Amino acid sequence: MPSPPVHWRSVLPDMSWFQRIKEGLRKSSSRLASGITDIFTKRKLDAAAVEELEDLLVMADLGPATAAKLAAAISKERFDKEVDPDEIRGALADEVAAILEPVAKPLTTDSGAKPHVVLVAGVNGSGKTTTIGKFAKHLQAEGKTVMLAAGDTFRAAAIEQLKVWGDRTGATVVAKEQGADAAGLAFDAIERARREGVDVLLIDTAGRLHNKSGLMEELKKIVRVIRKMDETAPHDVLLVLDATTGQNAIAQVETFKEMVNVTGLVVTKLDGTAKGGVLVALAERFALPVHAIGVGEQADDLRPFAARDFARGLMGLED
Amino acid sequence: MFDSLSDKLGSVLDGLRRRGALKESDVDQAMRDVRLALLEADVALPVVRDFIAQVKERAVGQEVLKSVTPGQMVVKIVHDGLVEMLGGAAPSEDGTPPAPEGLNLLGEPPVAFLMVGLQGSGKTTSTAKIARRLQQRDKKKVLMASLDVYRPAAQEQLKILGEQAEVSTLPIVAGQQPVDIAKRAMQAGRFGGYDVVMLDTAGRLHVDEGLMAEVAAVKTATNPSEVMLVADAMTGQDAVNVADSFNKRVGLTGIMLTRVDGDARGGAALSMRAVTQCPIKLLGVGEKLDELEEFHADRIAGRILGMGDVVSLVEKARETIQEEDAERLAKKIQKGEFDLNDLADQLKQMRKMGGLQGLMGMLPGIGKMKDQMKNANLDEGLLKRQEAIISSMTAKERRNPKVIHASRKQRIANGSGTSVQEVNKLLKQHQTMAKMMKKMGKLGQKGLMRSMGGMMGKGGGLPPGLMPPGGMR
Repeated sequence: MPSPPVHWRSVLPDMSWFQRIKEGLRKSSSRLASGITDIFTKRKLDAAAVEELEDLLVMADLGPATAAKLAAAISKERFDKEVDPDEIRGALADEVAAILEPVAKPLTTDSGAKPHVVLVAGVNGSGKTTTIGKFAKHLQAEGKTVMLAAGDTFRAAAIEQLKVWGDRTGATVVAKEQGADAAGLAFDAIERARREGVDVLLIDTAGRLHNKSGLMEELKKIVRVIRKMDETAPHDVLLVLDATTGQNAIAQVETFKEMVNVTGLVVTKLDGTAKGGVLVALAERFALPVHAIGVGEQADDLRPFAARDFARGLMGLED
Repeated sequence: MFDSLSDKLGSVLDGLRRRGALKESDVDQAMRDVRLALLEADVALPVVRDFIAQVKERAVGQEVLKSVTPGQMVVKIVHDGLVEMLGGAAPSEDGTPPAPEGLNLLGEPPVAFLMVGLQGSGKTTSTAKIARRLQQRDKKKVLMASLDVYRPAAQEQLKILGEQAEVSTLPIVAGQQPVDIAKRAMQAGRFGGYDVVMLDTAGRLHVDEGLMAEVAAVKTATNPSEVMLVADAMTGQDAVNVADSFNKRVGLTGIMLTRVDGDARGGAALSMRAVTQCPIKLLGVGEKLDELEEFHADRIAGRILGMGDVVSLVEKARETIQEEDAERLAKKIQKGEFDLNDLADQLKQMRKMGGLQGLMGMLPGIGKMKDQMKNANLDEGLLKRQEAIISSMTAKERRNPKVIHASRKQRIANGSGTSVQEVNKLLKQHQTMAKMMKKMGKLGQKGLMRSMGGMMGKGGGLPPGLMPPGGMR
């Protein structure tokens, strides 16, 4: 390194600023629920309280606009009245559940087509390959035959990763060498799935950032090739979203939807402290079905998306 | 990634710029919008609160100098605040930016680097990128080892990346546990005369007590000089919890932010810096192994405020354009010769640099125009089509476009799959550019910058030879 590093401590004029931030953060890391309790214990629902409520929703990644809307909806009838924290939490959860209820739809693979083709897309590291492995296990448990296509021909060892899932679930994995044309692979996979009479074909794709037009074109090409084989396919185009993602999820969904007509979402990594609150904004804006959530690395850690549970989780409420 | 935030603050501060005097109510209004912009950018709420309070305090208390507008004052205060928050000093009196904080290689070799983070944050790719650079640029002997025994094929992934980057990797021993792999790696590092041993760990949730204990044990066993948190630039409000937990449990020395080539507003960078007080040391800006950049707080803060990242642009241009090509072109310009072959070269260069959008995102004041440009016909396909048109011309036509009349135009249009109108448009653009180049040749370097500055509007011009065809509409 060319010159000695400048240590931040030596350049900050105001040390107490960081102290204050640390203090603030301690507050934020406590759960949303206790936050709400703090606001409303022995208190009227005044403007300041509504603002604090809004802030709490912001911290769950709902985004400032959605948070403001929800807080306003809650305060409309109760403004200036003594409120009970449980009541507010419950009401907020109900409000969120009402938004999410219409999008909670499990993935159905009974289009009648053989194979029913599911294309799985998303940005890098969102959890596509793991999600496919989990889906394969689920579908097999339902008595369906499943084939996996290792369409991530870009990332090192992505093909091997999917093959391990093939071994774990017993599903056939169609693969070519790294660097092969993903659209060509999809073509081969459909052909082979047809020949072998497979029920569901899950096609993995390389992770791609939605603002890379070249990579998005490549994804469109995969869809075009699939469509040439079967006009009704792909029957599902899943976008896998990482729950830790903030407001950028909106841009992701928008672009992927526009480019490859995404039909449903899967939200992964909900076993951490990220609440995935951006889903509420997504539901309002795009109304895309949320098929499943990922809550761990094991094959069984894929759950159907339940609006009420999710909403109550967001508010820190137990069932 | 920071473009969207600069759009936001740009429109906020434009409003302020139009007003005559800086009043508390003005600052309040601006701060409300700054707050909203920061939240939409995923900056964690407590960090936003403190930032706003600090900036407001500074802004309202400030004497407004006669030579600047109140808006400019606030821009400066917000900018300086962001630079500090991102961990840099404001530029010194003579305007030189502070140096970015480097990697710590001090200690008895081999020094260990420990890479930690959530699942899917980009640890393995980042490990290979850093290793490659330490070896190629800094001439260090590097060994990489994957301690990820959980995700299928994770160890193979690092091995393949090692082959691509020509960096050694520790042979994989099936069934060995992370702490043992780490010890074996350090031993291999000592025996093999390595300078750095890079330990790539499995992705783990910060609330997973078992796995956090495991990575803490690895740290104890290897005493690393760097413990780098690898985090996705798209991370939302949870960034503070993640960074705080890792810092408390493992003790971080630095942060590497990945997927900065995405369009996330990158508020996570601000949040994590504030909560851990650890420097952001590196940025991952692409999938390729050489797509690694140093973090410059002042540049990023400038970009946030729509001041444009001219420094990065110039550096990128220097890397991409080969010296010789540039010299050849300069000579031609001086002679007043600029034919279609040169135009084709220019189009290729622009595509290399990330196309029109990539290029313009780095220019001052362009952020806001980007959306409009998306709607206008300035799509990336344009560059490709224009290249195709030139490719469909004969060598004679390229050297001397004057000979291209109606029937030749039709042939070129057919050959390139475009229309005669498009061929005409390209020829017109070339003419304009050629005229410009001639003028520049006569004016010399100084005049060149001046006349370009005038054409490009505020904020100065493009580096020579990077004029987009036909200028900007």
